[in-house]
Formats: sequence, C-alpha cells, structure tokens
Amino acid sequence: MSTDNERERDEEAARLPDRLGRERLAAPIKRTGMFGTTTTGDTSGFGRLQVRGSAPVSSQRPFTDPDDPRTADFDRVADDLEAALGDAAGAVERVEVARGEITFHVRREALPDVARILRGDPALRYELCLGVIGVHFPEQEGRELHAVYPFRSITHNSEIRVATTCPDTDRHIPSIVSVYPTNDWHEREVWDFFGIVFDGHPALTRIQMPDDWHGHPQRKDYPLGGIPVEYRGATVPPPDQRRSYT
Amino acid sequence: MTVTEDYIDASGGDWDDVIEKAQATSAERLVVNMGPQHPSTHGVLRLILTLDGETCTEARVAIGYLHTGIEKNMEFRTWTQGTTFVTRMDYLTPLFNETVYCLAVEKLLGVEDRIPDRANVIRVMMMELNRMASHFVAMATFGMELGATTVMTNGFREREMILDIFELVTGLRMNHAYIRPGGVAQDLPPGAVGKVRELLEEMPKRIGTMRKLLDENPVYLARTQDVAYLNLPGCMALGVTGPLLRASGLAYDLRKAKPYCGYQDYEFDVPVSDGGDVYARYRVRIAEMEESLKIIEQCLDKLAPGPVMIEDAKIGWPAKLALGPDGMGNSPDHIAHIMSSSMEALIHHFKLVTEGFRVPAGQVYTAVESAKGELGCYAVSDGGTRPYRVHFRDPSFTHLQSVAAMCEGGTVADVIAAVASIDPVMGGVDR
Repeated sequence: MSTDNERERDEEAARLPDRLGRERLAAPIKRTGMFGTTTTGDTSGFGRLQVRGSAPVSSQRPFTDPDDPRTADFDRVADDLEAALGDAAGAVERVEVARGEITFHVRREALPDVARILRGDPALRYELCLGVIGVHFPEQEGRELHAVYPFRSITHNSEIRVATTCPDTDRHIPSIVSVYPTNDWHEREVWDFFGIVFDGHPALTRIQMPDDWHGHPQRKDYPLGGIPVEYRGATVPPPDQRRSYT
Repeated sequence: MTVTEDYIDASGGDWDDVIEKAQATSAERLVVNMGPQHPSTHGVLRLILTLDGETCTEARVAIGYLHTGIEKNMEFRTWTQGTTFVTRMDYLTPLFNETVYCLAVEKLLGVEDRIPDRANVIRVMMMELNRMASHFVAMATFGMELGATTVMTNGFREREMILDIFELVTGLRMNHAYIRPGGVAQDLPPGAVGKVRELLEEMPKRIGTMRKLLDENPVYLARTQDVAYLNLPGCMALGVTGPLLRASGLAYDLRKAKPYCGYQDYEFDVPVSDGGDVYARYRVRIAEMEESLKIIEQCLDKLAPGPVMIEDAKIGWPAKLALGPDGMGNSPDHIAHIMSSSMEALIHHFKLVTEGFRVPAGQVYTAVESAKGELGCYAVSDGGTRPYRVHFRDPSFTHLQSVAAMCEGGTVADVIAAVASIDPVMGGVDR
C-alpha cells in the first residue's frame, strides 16, 4: 500500500514543474519592459521582458498545515461545508489557503445557499458576516469584479472568507441580506463604489456618494482626480500622475 | 416641504409654514430631518425621523456627508504612507486604525513574528490609552446631549491627560501615524513612562468621580435604563460587536478570542452586562476603562529595552526622529549621516522613503478590538509598492444600521440617547 502511495507522490512531484509552469503562463501580464517607462523608449535592454502577476492560487488538500496553528480547523470546515452542500458541492470552484487564511471561491448563483449553510449548520455556525468587500481586477476577463465576504464564528472561534466574482458585462450577484441583515449597508457600499448589483437587496441605493452621482468611484477605470498644486514656483502633479515605481 | 393626507414632510422650509399647513390638514405624522448639522448627531449624521406626536415611528439613517475617499487615495500612495490616511478615519481611535492596517501589511509581508517585543508592548499600551480616550469622549458627548455639562467637561478633562501622553510620544494629539508597518515610528521619549505612571496614579480617582456622577444618578438612570434596547439575537443579526454586544450579554472580545500584538500575555477581564440598554453600554464602557488601566500597568512592567522597528533594512523605516527644543523632528544625527558621511545610506533612505517596499501579492483580513467594536482591514496586494485595494470594516458603519431597531417606537428624546450609546464617529463611518 505504502509503495503505491509513494509512487503516486513521485508522479505528482514529477508533474509539479509542468503544472507550475502552465499556471505561471496562465497568469496575466502585469507589465512589459523595465522601469515601467511608457513615454520614452526603453534603453535598458529589458524591452521584451514580461512581468506576470500572480496566478490564481488553488490549494489542494490537506488544508491544515500541522506546523501552522492558524490553519488548524480548515480541513474540518471544508469537510463540513462539502457535506452540507451535498450535491451542490461543485459550487465551490476552488479553495485558497494562504497566510493562515482560507478563502472559498464559490459560483455566484450558489452564494445565498452557501451563506445559509454557513449561518445555519450547527457544525459551522458563522454567526457574524463582516460585510462584503468589492475588488476590481480589470485584467481578469470574465471575472473582473470580485465580492469578498469575511465570516466569523463565535461558537467555534473560526474565521473564513467566501469570494465570488461576476463579469463586468453582467454585474449581478445575489444579495445575502435576507440571511445576514448586517450586509444591508455593506452591499449598498459595494454597489456605490463598484457598480455590482446585489439582486434581492431590499433597497439598493447609493450610500456614500450623492444620489445623482455618475460612475462608481473605486473601480480601477475611475480616475482619482485632483489638480496640480503650485508651491514656491514648483508644481506638484496630482497623486495619480506622479512618478510610479510599480 | 410636502403635505399629504397622511404625513407632513418638514424637510426644508420654515417652521411657521409647517405649523400653518399642519393645521389645515388631518395628517398626524411629521417627517423631520435631524442633522446632518445637528449638535447631537456626532458629526454629520442625518436621521430622517417620522414622528407621531412625541413617538418616533420610523427612523432612517443617511450617511456619506464625510466621505473622503481614503480607501481610493491609499491606492496611489506607498504602503507606509497609508498609515497617515487610516489614522484620519475614525479620528477618536487613530491608533486602532493604524494598528489594524499595519497588522494587515505585516501579514501580507509575512513578518508578523519578527515584530520586536518592545514595539508590540508600545502598541498595546497606546491602544489601551486610546480606548480610554475614546470611551471618555463617548460618555462626555452623551452627557452633553442629555444636558449634563459637568459630565462633558469632566470627560474631556480626563481625555486631555491621555492626549498629553500621545503628544509627548507621537508629537501629535490626534492623526498620529505613529504605528508603522514593522513596528512603531520611534521609541518612547524620556519621561513618557513617568507620565504614564502619573496617569495610572490619577486615573482611578477620575474614573471614580465619573462613576459617582453617573452610576446611581436618578436623572441619568431615567434617561438610559430600558432605552434603545437591543438583545443578543438582534446584535448577531445586525453584526454588532464591541461594547454594544457585551452590553447584551455576550463576553466576546477579539483580544481574548483572536489575540494579536501579544494580548494573550496580559491579564484582564472582559466586562459584560445583560441589560442590552443604554445604561448597560455605559457600565460596560466604564468597566473597560478600568481593565485598560490594568493592561497599561502590565505594559509598563513588560517594557524591556530593545528595538521598536523590525530589523529588516528592506522594510524598516530608515529615518529616526528626535525630540528637539521645538518638538519632534528630524534627527540631526541621521541627517548628518546620510548627507555627509554615507552615500549608500542616502540611496537607501531615498529608495525606501520615495519608492517604498514591495509587498508580495495576496489578500489578508485582520481585525482588532477597537474601542467601538471589531475594526477589520482587508488588504490586497498585487506585488507592488502600493496597495491594490484596502477596505476597512469600521464598527460604527455597521452599528449605525441598528438605529432603526433601537429607536422605532420610542420617543424623540430616546433617539438622542440611542445614537449616543452607539458612539458613532462619522470619519470612520464614511471614510
């Protein structure tokens, strides 16, 4: 038996460079050339350099790392969630374990069910949803807008995150206000700043910006704004037009 | 102003007109705006109240009057510069904002275990002082709103003692940017420990005075007991944490449940009350201040000499500050070193201060128990020198949602008490 396991592990190890290489190439290109120059030619000799962003992390079981106490209950939570989802277990697209935190990436249709299970299942009992956070990744085609939900269980003293995405062309994510009423304002905030429509929200209106505002200010394609400031003869450009090192 | 058969909407317009039109209609309900410019709405909070006589039948909250775009602005500054922004969010708990942000950056960098002990002890001490300062303001403004100006002047006087310490240690009374990724901006200056000891001597008496004023005061009890009741299921559904949750009977405190900055090494109790009303919240807050004093005392005992910034030249801020005759400023020794003796030190200083450090790509969520509840920071890095996205879960933002649950069916006067017991700070709510 053990020899089989060893052979499997060896095969897995042999495939690893190939898998990592393919993942690397699948990652989006973040910049080309050196020093991020756009106005003048790149004379550094690194003109064809392609710097890639991070590939989406997809962790494999076991999620619990015996050396990291922060991950102690991750396998239990993943098992319980899978068991509670039953046939719908495919709703969880991938699981990401990094820095002692676990993120379940779920398909948007399944979000209300997942939320209901997280709150109601006695083995899970995530009593607190700590809101929803929008993130805009314009380069991730088809999944530009992310909505991230941190959950906290007081009963089990556990913390997890659920993330879902929607394409920019169809900005709809089901609301979970009926399960977690606390998300009322949080979903309004994400609508206001990112333009994600939370279907089923009781009154999805702007919350921070004025009601007649155009655009969703925290999207990456929305400019920061600002004016150049003159001080003792020198002009300081607005923050988004200053030299950038990234 | 609109008048219908059903209600009189008195937003905008003259009160004489309202009275005149009210006499002509059979409408019983009056819709009024309280705020955004109202002395008892803790800044620019707008409450839209539907009143039936003295009873508030509907309460709606409008926010956004102090939105400053801090989260968006941070995406255009380095990770270290971010502390100067976050400190301005909830301006009564600046050190909690800074700490939660720095914990997030440190977690992204993977350096949580390398933060020097002394820096952690200083962080805890400053946070506990800040908790007391915030609770004093909560009680002081509450007293003022009920018409008890002695409570107000006492509260602000006590807070001044703490602000004096902040000024000595960080150079500023608020908006400190003192806690930085990797540690704290600078070590405690000479005399700081003595000043904290003075505070530890004096403060129990001051808290005692406050307790004598309020604990059994019949007027105060009448205005606070059984007012703005929110029970535990209500708190859970609305995501309420902090003193409000503990005043509803659940002793949940992140300092105990998920310790950070070494809180597991301190001995303190989590005050709890099951009243669920405004008075219970007051009792929890004042007991928390007494626990804070215990923690500060333990901090002074733990304060061993050592570095206060991570010993990693790629992250640790290169410049040192020094106390000059005109206050805190650049250290002449450091300036002399980079300007006249070491070219490499100058380059290093310049690179780290203007460009900043790179943070590995990824996402984290960190949370601290701020004076008001769970303050969370969700940070995303794309591997660059600037945050890709930072979001703060401000407790006041979440708690203000419970205004309707606390106020509807009560009197107008109780609305004031309810809002004050939440202790919202609009700088944090709107960010």
